[in-house]
Amino acid sequence: MSEKRVEPSSAPVQQHMGLKASRAISNTAIYVLLVIISVIWLIPFVCIVLQSFRVESTWQVGYVIPQKWGLDNYRNLLQTDFTRWYLNTFIIALITAVLQTVIVLCMSYTLSRFRFKMRGPLMRFMLILGMFPGMLTMIILYRVLKDLGMTQENAVPGLILVYIASSGMGYYVSKGFFDTIPKSLDEAARVDGATRLQVLYKIILPLSKPIVIYTILTAFMGPWGDFVFARYISFGASAGKNVAVGLYDWLSKDQINKSYTMFCAGGVLVALPVTILFMCLQRYYVEGVTGGAVKG
Amino acid sequence: MANLTDLEYLRLNRWNRFIYRFSHFFTEKLPNGLKNFFVGTGRRIAGAAKKVGAECVDIWSTFVNGDWKTKLSFLVMGFGNLARGQILRGILFLLFEIVFIFYMVTTGAYWLSMLPSLGLQGPSKEYDPIYDTEITIPHDNSFKILLYGVLTIFFIIAFIYTWRVNVRQNKLAEQILKSGKKLRSGREDLRSMVDDQFHKTLLALPLTGIIIFTVLPIVFMILVAFTNYDGAHNGYSNALFSWVGWKNFDTMLNWSNNSGTQSYSATFGEVLTWTLIWAFFATFTNYFLGMFVAMAINKKGIKLKKVWRTILVLTIAIPQFISLLYVSKMFAKDGILNGFLLSMGWISQAIDFWGDTANNGLLARIMVIVINIWIGIPYLMLIVTGILMNIPADLYESARIDGANAWQQYTKITLPYMLFITGPYLLTSFTGNMNNFNVIYLLTGGAPTNAAASSAAGAVGFTDLLITWLFKITTGAGNYYYLASVVGILVFVVVAVISLIVYNVLPSIKNEEDFQ
Repeated sequence: MSEKRVEPSSAPVQQHMGLKASRAISNTAIYVLLVIISVIWLIPFVCIVLQSFRVESTWQVGYVIPQKWGLDNYRNLLQTDFTRWYLNTFIIALITAVLQTVIVLCMSYTLSRFRFKMRGPLMRFMLILGMFPGMLTMIILYRVLKDLGMTQENAVPGLILVYIASSGMGYYVSKGFFDTIPKSLDEAARVDGATRLQVLYKIILPLSKPIVIYTILTAFMGPWGDFVFARYISFGASAGKNVAVGLYDWLSKDQINKSYTMFCAGGVLVALPVTILFMCLQRYYVEGVTGGAVKG
Repeated sequence: MANLTDLEYLRLNRWNRFIYRFSHFFTEKLPNGLKNFFVGTGRRIAGAAKKVGAECVDIWSTFVNGDWKTKLSFLVMGFGNLARGQILRGILFLLFEIVFIFYMVTTGAYWLSMLPSLGLQGPSKEYDPIYDTEITIPHDNSFKILLYGVLTIFFIIAFIYTWRVNVRQNKLAEQILKSGKKLRSGREDLRSMVDDQFHKTLLALPLTGIIIFTVLPIVFMILVAFTNYDGAHNGYSNALFSWVGWKNFDTMLNWSNNSGTQSYSATFGEVLTWTLIWAFFATFTNYFLGMFVAMAINKKGIKLKKVWRTILVLTIAIPQFISLLYVSKMFAKDGILNGFLLSMGWISQAIDFWGDTANNGLLARIMVIVINIWIGIPYLMLIVTGILMNIPADLYESARIDGANAWQQYTKITLPYMLFITGPYLLTSFTGNMNNFNVIYLLTGGAPTNAAASSAAGAVGFTDLLITWLFKITTGAGNYYYLASVVGILVFVVVAVISLIVYNVLPSIKNEEDFQ
């Protein structure tokens, strides 16, 4: 743009050239920085992938590129309980994604749209409740689930229950989204004789695709990474573990020397589907995260 | 310090302004805030008492002025509804009363009566002729008594509330009939569940889940802090546990309880200090570096913006336990990094990142903060990018015309705007980092071990946060559940106090309705 303008004197032109030069320098610096950052951020993942193909030794070694390549680690993986853990986690993630989304949407929609007497106290109460470390509840939940027969080998239903039961407290992001949908839409439909239920599924839900997808995505990804509850509830029983707990144990002092590369292979298999799904739905995730942070 | 007028304040230089604001917070805002808090609480209690009184008067007048249907409803819930033709409501009320009475008579009374003692008869050893050995026969179960005792109290509260609703409905029904209108039929009641009472339908499931799986356990665990529930008193097969009052808080917080080894209070102080330091650095290093990266990517003239962003976002997608565990092993004594450095000849001895106890484990502490930057920057980059795009471009343009350089633009426009918008986020991220179990536990597991403190409970390490310490206490050798719940309550207190202060100082806590 500025090139087309006729410069009246030479001084501004010089200044302009100086600006351009300094911009070029700073841009080069930024490019260098971004390349370094990208390398730092990607190195661990490249290492995991490379080491998952390493055949010559299953130990932790001081080099990255395998001397002998092969699929042995993946083959060995199928001989272990890994397939069971994988299936467990997948089932948990799938059911949690559906039920948690329903609960979170119920909660956030209500708190965004309805003005009832207990609304303020309820939100304050949940804020205070959220300040208690959730881990504290683990002890009792474990004992109760144990009485119900939902621990150890049968940890899957127990974990699903734990994940979805309190998920209503994570309503903030989607409430922020519902708040942005104009209320006049509801009111117009109500005037036309629609019930509140009809307003919800005929008007609000079709407009809420981004937040529904965001909620499903985060709910699905959560169980893949959960470690504390899964470890506590599946306590000691291999059949009830999820991938995080199972793979964690492979890195314990007495196992790391024979299963380090298997851990890498397992990590690749776990990360692959989650990452692909995430990359496909990235747009919605970004929307949710940015919206949620701004509205608090 | 004297209160300054606006003009006097503006005449101060920046440093004095800061001093003024800071001291103002402690001399004016904090005392006033505390005063308002206590006065407000007192007023709220008085208001609640007044309300209860009004309720009682209302109940009494309903009884005195009501007809026989209403009067009988005081005893048989739902009778008035049934007699006036509201069959659905009547049946529900009646059913609830029957279930409640049945529960109280069969088991509820037992749990409630045992609650003060948490069980009278512990397990006994008896000779078993079949196996020819002594076997343990459990009797009372303290755990169940406490759990079901709390549940019974919840149930009683629910019953009293329902009974009150029942009384109020009778009064309303009488008034409606007296004025010649018709009562709602069951069909209309059902319809209102998806219409003007829709919020109750929507909230029923989530709130039930929260009450049973969060409120009840939290109440239970708060109560556990006042018992001696641990591995040796599991309340069932080895010994009952019982109420001990404030003893556990005394153990945890009293400095004078020093019997040779390091006291709990000293350990607690150390862990709390590190938790706060960690939360501070984890929050603000991420915040500023994330902002820096986002601004670098967003800068005019930088190409391939999408590629840079995608590379960073990719790391969010990969489950944290994989990346954290892997990175933890990378930095291990026999890990890749040490192997690489050794083979290059840059170091002669492997660096023990996670085991070096020098300077209170300073090396490990710095490492977790640095690795947390690696974890956190992508999130911050996303958040900041979204906000940066909302800053009006003409602000920068006019600043540029006025001759502001890049740094001035940053400190005068970008930073204030960001801080204003993300104030609440910073707070939640600070408290979230205080309870950031995953990063610490998966990276270091609390290591390096703090030899002085670990005699207290659990193998406390220098990178342990309160939350990981809590986990170690419960899963450690003695299963000191009561200490864990004391720690949990203290975590709550710390988080609540910080949140309260910050919320009162932050400018950007806006009225919620402004967004709509």
